Amino acid sequence: MESTEIYIGPEPHIEVHKYYGGVVPAVVVLALVLQAFFPAHFRRANYLELPLLVTLYFALSKRNPSSGLLLGTVIGLLQDSLSRTPLGLYGIAKTLVGYAGSSIGTRIDVEHPIARFLLTFGFYLFHHAVFALTSQLLLAEHNETYISVPILIASVVNAFIAIALFPLLDRFRRPS
Amino acid sequence: MIAIPSRHKSLTLLAAVVVAQVFLLAAQIKRERQVRLIRVWAVELISPVQRVSSWTIYNLEHGWGNYISLRNTRQDNEALRSELDRLKVRNAELEGAAREADRLAAMLNFRQAHADVPMAAARVIGGSPDSGSQVVNIDRGSRDGIRRDMGVITPDGVVGKILAVYPDISQVLLLGDKESGVGALLANTRTQGVVRGSGKPDLSMDYVSNDSKVSAGEAVLTSGQDRIFPKDLPVATVAEAVTDRKAPFMKILLKPAAHLDRLEEVLVLLTRQDLDLKKEAEASPAAPPPAARTPASAR
Repeated sequence: MESTEIYIGPEPHIEVHKYYGGVVPAVVVLALVLQAFFPAHFRRANYLELPLLVTLYFALSKRNPSSGLLLGTVIGLLQDSLSRTPLGLYGIAKTLVGYAGSSIGTRIDVEHPIARFLLTFGFYLFHHAVFALTSQLLLAEHNETYISVPILIASVVNAFIAIALFPLLDRFRRPS
Repeated sequence: MIAIPSRHKSLTLLAAVVVAQVFLLAAQIKRERQVRLIRVWAVELISPVQRVSSWTIYNLEHGWGNYISLRNTRQDNEALRSELDRLKVRNAELEGAAREADRLAAMLNFRQAHADVPMAAARVIGGSPDSGSQVVNIDRGSRDGIRRDMGVITPDGVVGKILAVYPDISQVLLLGDKESGVGALLANTRTQGVVRGSGKPDLSMDYVSNDSKVSAGEAVLTSGQDRIFPKDLPVATVAEAVTDRKAPFMKILLKPAAHLDRLEEVLVLLTRQDLDLKKEAEASPAAPPPAARTPASAR
């Protein structure tokens, strides 16, 4: 069984990974459930952004911008559905993260922990910036800041979680 | 399997997904006054187009109305000016006719009030070329029964007397002429005197003694003593009365009762029969037509 596709593009040597059937939906649902569960029981857990980490992980791994943005759209809309935000607010942010993550994943090595840390740190800020911009433009809500100490802390926290989470998710890859 | 990515395809998909979610957001969000954001966008999107369309249509209509469709305005303007001039003339004619109708109505009313007194209506057809004398010509003469020294009046008061008679016209010596005179009395005190013309608009009343009581505005009536006019016809009103200590009589200036400066129709008294002026006020416009001819039906 062929488990690795050779990508012909800007970086033709980078591998495109596939996962066992049902892994992606299961991981997405689990992330959404935990995202809803943890902040309700642990005060500090509101720094977590598990849907973002899952979106970013699969975008970087699958390295297909179309599937990356569609997965981001689905995860974002589900997150909107489960939260009090209007449908599309997280959707737009995660769509862009999915697209950008897939595009970056085709160009650089995203398997190294430091690369994953830095990518997660940067994408968290990018995701929040898109979220804040959308809130301002569409909802006329100006209480969202683009960057602040809590946001930086959250981005660092999520980057550390990504270092631990991404290798765990790597185990669900189909063997090459 | 070898996947060949299409960057444009993924970018198009990205744009479509983002735009779809933006519209999804707009359909949910309500702004001020609970108006959905998508409606706000729709209005803001359409309103500039509407504004431009409205501006364009307005200017096209304006340009058409103010320039293109005004090609024949000069001719129209000239035609309208001509029509306006014609209507002004017509209006003046109608106003004159209305005034004449008023005068004739007043005269008819007066004539009906004194239907038992023979009188002939006449139209003033000319004046005297001599500026020093006040004489007018009327369109009645001896064929109409007019005789010299007959009294001439209007419903307002005494006008003068017949000076000369010809077959079809007569000359009337107006009360304002220097040669004219009428036997008169003051209405309040019945003090008698003679009203004379001066060649000017005002008349004078002579032979009223200094001890008489004369007040401004008092009516002066015919006395009947001159055997031309019957008694109690209005002659004038007192304008000013001054006691002259060097003379036995007062100096009294009068304002004529009749409009001597703009006579058009008059009545000639064919006899000296007295007129009961109280009947004039009781006369009705619906009364039977007079025996005498009015100027309009005279010829």
